[in-house]
Amino acid sequence: MSDETRRLLECHDVVSGYLPGVDIVRGSDLTLADGELVGIIGPNGAGKSTLLKTIFGLVELRSGSIELRGEEISNLRAHELVQKGVGFVPQTENVFPSLTVEENLQMGCYLQPGLFRERANFVADLFPRLSERKNQRVGAMSGGERQMVAMGRALMMDPSVLLLDEPSAGLSPANQDEVFDRIGKIKETGVSIIMVEQNARRCLQISDRGYVLDQGQNAYTGTGRQLLHDPKVIELYLGTLAAR
Amino acid sequence: MTGRAGSRLLAGQHDPVDDPGRAAGHRRFSVPRLVAIALVVVAVALISDQAMGATGLLGDNTLVAQAGRSFGARFLNTVVDGLVVGLIIALTSVGLSLIFGVTGLVNFAHGELVTFGAVVAWFLNAGTWGFQVALPVATVLAVVAGSVFGAGLEKGIFGPLRRRKVPNISLIVTTIGLSLVVRHVILIWFGSGTQKYRDYATQVAKDYGPISITDVKLAIIIVSLLVLALVGLLLMKTKLGKAMRAVRDNRDLAEASGIDVRKVILATWMGGAALAALGGVFQGIGFAGVSWDLGFKLLLLMFAGVILGGLGTAFGAMVGGILIGVVTQVSSLWLSTEFKLVIAFAALIIVLLVRPQGILGKKERVG
Amino acid sequence: MDFDIVRSFVDAMRSAFGTSAVLFALAGVGLNVMFGYTGLLNFGHVGSLLVGGYGTAITVNLGGPLWLGILIGITAAVLLGLLYGLPTVRLREDYLAIVTIAAAEILRLLTRSSALEPLTQGVFGIQKFADNFYDLNPFPRGSYGVWRITWDANTLWAIVVGWLLVALCVWLVWMLTRAPWGRVLKAIREDEDAARSLGKNVFGYKLQSLAIGGAIGALAGVFFAVQSQSVNPDSFQPIFTFLAYAVVILGGPGRALGPVVGSILFWFLLSFTEAVLRQAVSAGFIPDWLLTAQEVAAVRWILVGLGLMLLITFRPQGLLGSREETLIDAR
Repeated sequence: MSDETRRLLECHDVVSGYLPGVDIVRGSDLTLADGELVGIIGPNGAGKSTLLKTIFGLVELRSGSIELRGEEISNLRAHELVQKGVGFVPQTENVFPSLTVEENLQMGCYLQPGLFRERANFVADLFPRLSERKNQRVGAMSGGERQMVAMGRALMMDPSVLLLDEPSAGLSPANQDEVFDRIGKIKETGVSIIMVEQNARRCLQISDRGYVLDQGQNAYTGTGRQLLHDPKVIELYLGTLAAR
Repeated sequence: MTGRAGSRLLAGQHDPVDDPGRAAGHRRFSVPRLVAIALVVVAVALISDQAMGATGLLGDNTLVAQAGRSFGARFLNTVVDGLVVGLIIALTSVGLSLIFGVTGLVNFAHGELVTFGAVVAWFLNAGTWGFQVALPVATVLAVVAGSVFGAGLEKGIFGPLRRRKVPNISLIVTTIGLSLVVRHVILIWFGSGTQKYRDYATQVAKDYGPISITDVKLAIIIVSLLVLALVGLLLMKTKLGKAMRAVRDNRDLAEASGIDVRKVILATWMGGAALAALGGVFQGIGFAGVSWDLGFKLLLLMFAGVILGGLGTAFGAMVGGILIGVVTQVSSLWLSTEFKLVIAFAALIIVLLVRPQGILGKKERVG
Repeated sequence: MDFDIVRSFVDAMRSAFGTSAVLFALAGVGLNVMFGYTGLLNFGHVGSLLVGGYGTAITVNLGGPLWLGILIGITAAVLLGLLYGLPTVRLREDYLAIVTIAAAEILRLLTRSSALEPLTQGVFGIQKFADNFYDLNPFPRGSYGVWRITWDANTLWAIVVGWLLVALCVWLVWMLTRAPWGRVLKAIREDEDAARSLGKNVFGYKLQSLAIGGAIGALAGVFFAVQSQSVNPDSFQPIFTFLAYAVVILGGPGRALGPVVGSILFWFLLSFTEAVLRQAVSAGFIPDWLLTAQEVAAVRWILVGLGLMLLITFRPQGLLGSREETLIDAR
């Protein structure tokens, strides 16, 4: 496979932000290859989540480009991206709490209800616990289970790219382990993943490649293993976080 | 495009991310709680009765008419009467609640949608427009007209205002202005008098065991129950109903899932306004007759019902509305009818203070 | 019948500076403290007026002096304001709107109930309790005014006292809101969480705002009761509050003089359109099938409603406000 075809998503010199005149992401580059799991880590306020939301069209792109398989996607609306095979799991408010698990999944493939049966089986294989509780209201479920629902919902349209915004945030250690384990499984099914994480060490352990974002720019890039053992990265970004 | 990231339906609507203890609490509502609250309201009624002296026993038509009956029979009949009142409140307030749920708007002009239905049906039935149709047909037509009216409000006023990102307080003030406009247009159009529908103007109660009820009220009960059940079914089972609940839960996520939020909101307005119109006709048939401020008079009762059940959900509005109707009506067994509304409004305030998510509401939806 | 535009103008001017304008200016100044400065959506403002008016009337009726009645009325309104404030601890602004409108309706229904008739005289209301006020009238009998815009001695006396009260309240509000206290209120209006994060007791400030606004509202109720020598439960319908909102929004929410300008203009416009419409109908300029004389009053309310909608959408800062400062934002 040539390098060109392997490139699934490519962000170039992305500048974006919420308030007029205040850029959060300030010239960041990112590449996601087919089948790859890429982790983005960095200190609080580095612009990790903003970069992810920019890719999904939720934050205005001020300059730079975002391409999916060579096609510019920065002017597309969120649901158009969903149809193009991009799934997004927000950090908070990522489920419909008063809907049941099954209904949440139905909303996931709202545009193509025909996919439901097949995809629901796929999701059930990944998260067996969800199929046991498919008629339960998600609002009454634990944080770990909600995260499963959120990921399951995003997988319903059979995405080729999955964007995960801090999937382990707010979860108990046991639930975090489970979430990271499932993310690895999702990757094994061939879905390419970009994951933003606070838990930098765990993130890099399962990532093929990692980006360290600082003040809206790429500070370090490398394979997960390289970054985990880079003294600079350890000192600046992993040292305190690793003390958990 | 940027705004979508920041727009949030409810202030403070964050879900507890990992708090199973609290999550388990959601399931503790249900029948005992409902009964407990009903009992409290009745108890309050009883206590205030003693405090006020025995003023309640005079000046009450229901009691005078039923003077010869046993207390049990009177109680049963009052409950049935309350059921009619409550079902009408339930019908009218489902839209109020759903529109709030889906758009975050507290619509103080909702009463006018109720009046609109009653008045349109009256004109059709009275034959003022050159043709006269039977009341059931007129009712259906009024419901259709109501939903068109609702669509007009969303398309012409509230949709554009929402896209201008007009602040919530301004939107509420807008509904006040709208209510003034519509109410007085109806006043000019319909007149200031109270009119009875041409059909079913005189009704005789029939006895069914201890319960005596007119055919019309019986029909209102049956049709209301059917319609409410249908609404519940639509919300739970159809794609549109699920989409409505999804938009209510999490608008951004719904939009990202490809749900056409605008269409869902429009459908909510149409459905809500249609139900309001139906409730208006029933109110005109079953009780006071049609008047220009019929709906405005019901507005606070609708709010009471909606808040009792939990703002934003259709089922909350149904249960709350019925409860408000029955409790206020039953209270008139002990209290002067003057206090009916006082009790309803007091229940509204107490529930808001003690359990703002309503007796059925889930904690996570508290505003 | 001929069409006399001058007479319409005279009617409008009389109403723009007359007792209605005073009443709504006072009520508006109180509402402005809550709505304009603090961003609190109190839809039960008329309850404060009811409490003020009835406090006065009942006290005098039971043999108390007028000043004591006024004091009792205002104290009761302060308490009512604090009561209104309770739900704001944890609820969004729209819940406050519902709670307050319901509370004001409860008050009205109770005053008109037969159970409280010994005290309130029920639906008949209380009359003739403010003779003491008119005994103080320094103006001799006669007609006073400029050009054709005139009032009789007693009305003039009420109007003069009323506008003095308005001036006093405006001055009070102006002083308070210029002080750090007022800046905190505005901070709460703009961003409640930010104000809280600065260590401000938001709840406490809201209560103070509701108490002061309620007290001024009660003063409006007292003025209304004393001036007309009568209180009646059905004078205190929810629509009064809505009109007060129109007045405040017209003048400029969050501006000390806003409600005064708003009230004068509101009553001028309202009376002028009504007078012109009435004449136009009776002179036959407007055909009968479109509008009859009885329906003119309704047209006024339609115009008020339209005005309210357009103003709050396109010029929420009113006549006096600046766009940046008075943008009422509540997310």
